[in-house]
Amino acid sequence: MADRIVVDPITRIEGHLRIEAKVENGVITDAWSSSTMFRGIEKILQGRDPRDAWYITQRFCGVCTTVHSIASIRAVENAVGMKVPFNAEMIRNVIMGMQYVQDHVIHFYHLHALDWVDIVSALSADPVKTAALQESISDWKYSSADYFRGIQERLAAFAKTGRLGPFGNAYWGHPAYKLPPEANLMAASHYLQALEVQKEIIKVHAILGSKNPHPQTFLTGGMSIPCDPNSQNAINADKIAMIMECNKIAKEFVEKVYVPDIIAVAPFYLDWAAIGKTSGNYMSYGEFPDGREGYPNNLWLPAGIIKNGDLSTVHPVDHTKITEDVVHSWYKDTGPRHPWEGATDQKYTGPKPPYEFLDVEQKYSFVKSPRYEGAPMEVGPLSRMLVAYASGHKEVQDAVNYVLTTLGVGPEVLFSTLGRTAARAVETLVVAGKMETWLMALAANINTGDYAIQDNSKWDPTTWPVQAQGYGWHEAPRGALGHWIVIQNKEIKNYQAVVPSTWNAAPRDDKGVRSPYEEALIGTPIADPERPLEILRTIHSYDPCLACAVHVYDEKNELKSKVQIL
Amino acid sequence: MEVLFMGLREKLELLGVSRRDFLKFCTAVSATLALPPAMAPKVAEALEDDNRPPVIWLEFQSCSGDSESLLRSGRPKAGDLVLDVISLDYAEVLMAAAGHYAEQAKHDSMEKNKGKYVLIVEGSIPVDEDGIYCCIAGDTAVNHLKKAAAGAAMVIAVGNCASFGGIPAAYPNPTGAKGVADLVRGVPVVNLPGCPMNCDNLTALIVHYLIFGTLPALDNQLRPKFAHGKRIHDNCERRGHFDAGQYVEKWGDEAHRQGWCLYKMGCKGPQTWHNCPTLRWNDGLSWPVMAGHGCVGCSEPGFIDTMSPFYRRLPEVPGFGVESSATSIGLKLVGVATAFFAVHGVVSVIRNRGAVKKVEEEYYEKEEK
Ligand code: SF4
Repeated sequence: MADRIVVDPITRIEGHLRIEAKVENGVITDAWSSSTMFRGIEKILQGRDPRDAWYITQRFCGVCTTVHSIASIRAVENAVGMKVPFNAEMIRNVIMGMQYVQDHVIHFYHLHALDWVDIVSALSADPVKTAALQESISDWKYSSADYFRGIQERLAAFAKTGRLGPFGNAYWGHPAYKLPPEANLMAASHYLQALEVQKEIIKVHAILGSKNPHPQTFLTGGMSIPCDPNSQNAINADKIAMIMECNKIAKEFVEKVYVPDIIAVAPFYLDWAAIGKTSGNYMSYGEFPDGREGYPNNLWLPAGIIKNGDLSTVHPVDHTKITEDVVHSWYKDTGPRHPWEGATDQKYTGPKPPYEFLDVEQKYSFVKSPRYEGAPMEVGPLSRMLVAYASGHKEVQDAVNYVLTTLGVGPEVLFSTLGRTAARAVETLVVAGKMETWLMALAANINTGDYAIQDNSKWDPTTWPVQAQGYGWHEAPRGALGHWIVIQNKEIKNYQAVVPSTWNAAPRDDKGVRSPYEEALIGTPIADPERPLEILRTIHSYDPCLACAVHVYDEKNELKSKVQIL
Repeated sequence: MEVLFMGLREKLELLGVSRRDFLKFCTAVSATLALPPAMAPKVAEALEDDNRPPVIWLEFQSCSGDSESLLRSGRPKAGDLVLDVISLDYAEVLMAAAGHYAEQAKHDSMEKNKGKYVLIVEGSIPVDEDGIYCCIAGDTAVNHLKKAAAGAAMVIAVGNCASFGGIPAAYPNPTGAKGVADLVRGVPVVNLPGCPMNCDNLTALIVHYLIFGTLPALDNQLRPKFAHGKRIHDNCERRGHFDAGQYVEKWGDEAHRQGWCLYKMGCKGPQTWHNCPTLRWNDGLSWPVMAGHGCVGCSEPGFIDTMSPFYRRLPEVPGFGVESSATSIGLKLVGVATAFFAVHGVVSVIRNRGAVKKVEEEYYEKEEK
């Protein structure tokens, strides 16, 4: 007997995502991933000043709120040949690094944990045992039985009001929840602590970038936050000290809470180390310029591609091999195209709302299907960690080996839903440990009297060639992110973003090959088709971020005529 | 201990939040609301009972930046806000439920709290092609909005997208994106624009509602005056440098390092009405001008078309005493935007962009001569 189940909205993500899945005898045998929202920001970019693009593309996503700025400024810098000063590179590193840590913490505790943690079960925990459990995993300061009793009473009070707010109507009591009540109570308290921690540590973005979400301090060619130890309006010792304080909080939370939680929870869910496999292709663009040569030289996390799960060889990444296809996407057909040449027009052909099911044989999503040499690629923390691991990256190898040895498992468990979630924690640990290096490199450089933060020689668009094209890559927390730009007469002619969730959440390609979300769901057991908790687990393990995955490119003339009809 | 009947303060005390901290929060809210400090106890009183207003948070053509902004709430802390101050019955970014269970939670709250819940909308609403550019649970954003607004006590549009259409509605507005006020009738609508909205303004608005049972005074763009009653330029910490004719000429120059005025680098503070300089962001830590970047005017209607290119200075001759003419131009731009919005809706944005460009160019050319 086959059921077609639909989860829409997939909550606890950014954007609008719908999953349809075919379930036969309690197992998913086919799946379709669809994004049902479209804004057309790339059309909006056309004709505008390329130096403004970072601000607009930053609004692709408000969760990973710096990443498109970085990719966009790099695309323009690449196109017109700007050379970013060392100070600006280090400031960007600190901003990007904290984005990783904060984004991953929010993802694990607020967007993903409730797939594994049953909040209602926490009500029957023994706070004394919870305290013992907490003490056994790390020397975190909130570990007394009284503390956990307080949390439990707060939850109980909440439950008794019958007004559960964000915790209402979830799949509580589902048989796939495996943690004992004590672990659930511990996790629930970490959920609340993480809410506070993420807000504190992201203050780094306010100090260096005015605010978060959406810091406003980027410039093509550098940064707009000045450096000057003798000014109260620039990065000085006071601001560096504040950032160090945030780093300290971040590092402590990751070391004493996040990573120990993963290690404590994983043994209960080891069956998920065999669920959620994809085709085994993993890609990373590499990130964090670590020397004085500037981006893209000397990247701390390496770029590379792993094919078919073979960790013995890491292949180089070549941007000309990337194409996007729209056979199953709601755009006019063009065949696979490189982003610089992409020419598509939105054309919805799906069912008329309200609808129950999509016609998955035809077009069924606003996301396109990116391919590398014609093959789907999984991107994200797992890809980054695998590429770094296989490339012999010391810190990553140590951290991965530590987690694997503690759990008593081999590297093969990484190719899974559990592996994706664990890789994210490992990465947070490694990045949190590195942040101070960049901050100190910045301080040391300021100390030489070098206050430069911007390449002003190319700021004025009249210094640019009439025609230019470039691309900007960034390893965003969610994975390989690329922006491609074509500039003509100082204006944006074409703009295309191929984002992490486009790689992962795409529909099938022209050959009918599934993309990572769809592939990862195949074989997943579903205990109760009415409450498909298992779908959430695998999909959330990617940290979906959909609004930015949906974009379009078009010829200006067509647009004008379309608008006039309005 | 009878936790059930505890007010917010007791619950916070249980978690180690002192009465002093709680009162500090209440004072901060009073200040944001432009209330005299003596009102702090009244704010505290309003918050101590379990009178959490039911909140339904809908997200349409958004980037979730406003949801994230909610999570950065410092006064009260995010956790307390979503657990104790409001009852967040539906919010896609945070809620545990998914799929039709999530939809069910929303419908239950709408039924149970008919006429009493606060509807918060994030993101613009596309109306082209019958609204198919944003579908959730198989139905369009327009339909979801209309259903939810019908039973709401009030609708708060958070962020520039929900307020005025924002970035999706920028030229050429590929999806026919609109703001909430263009689509909702018969229910009070408050706009909290900004890209994203500053969460402290949202908390202040909700607390205002809890204390007074009414909405605060609004400006002609439906924005609360406590947050949008003054221009950025009026409260800017660099204003002294503006008046003294001290401007940043190049990124990273001595003037930039010393915090001089960013007007020549394109600052839109003189035509933007928002409390960024006084409220600031992330627990009052900073705001764009403070970090060396000009204001881009993200809380105005017609943003981004009326405010870009961002690095081109406003059409004005810099120097001492220019403020009055800068104001008149600022008003002229806003006036153009408002009139077009009112009459032509979506098309206005496109024409408006042309109009603004023209105004800008005229002044810019004059100045260059
Ligand atoms: S122009 Fe901008 S930086 Fe200068 S005083 Fe006005 S708001 Fe402040």
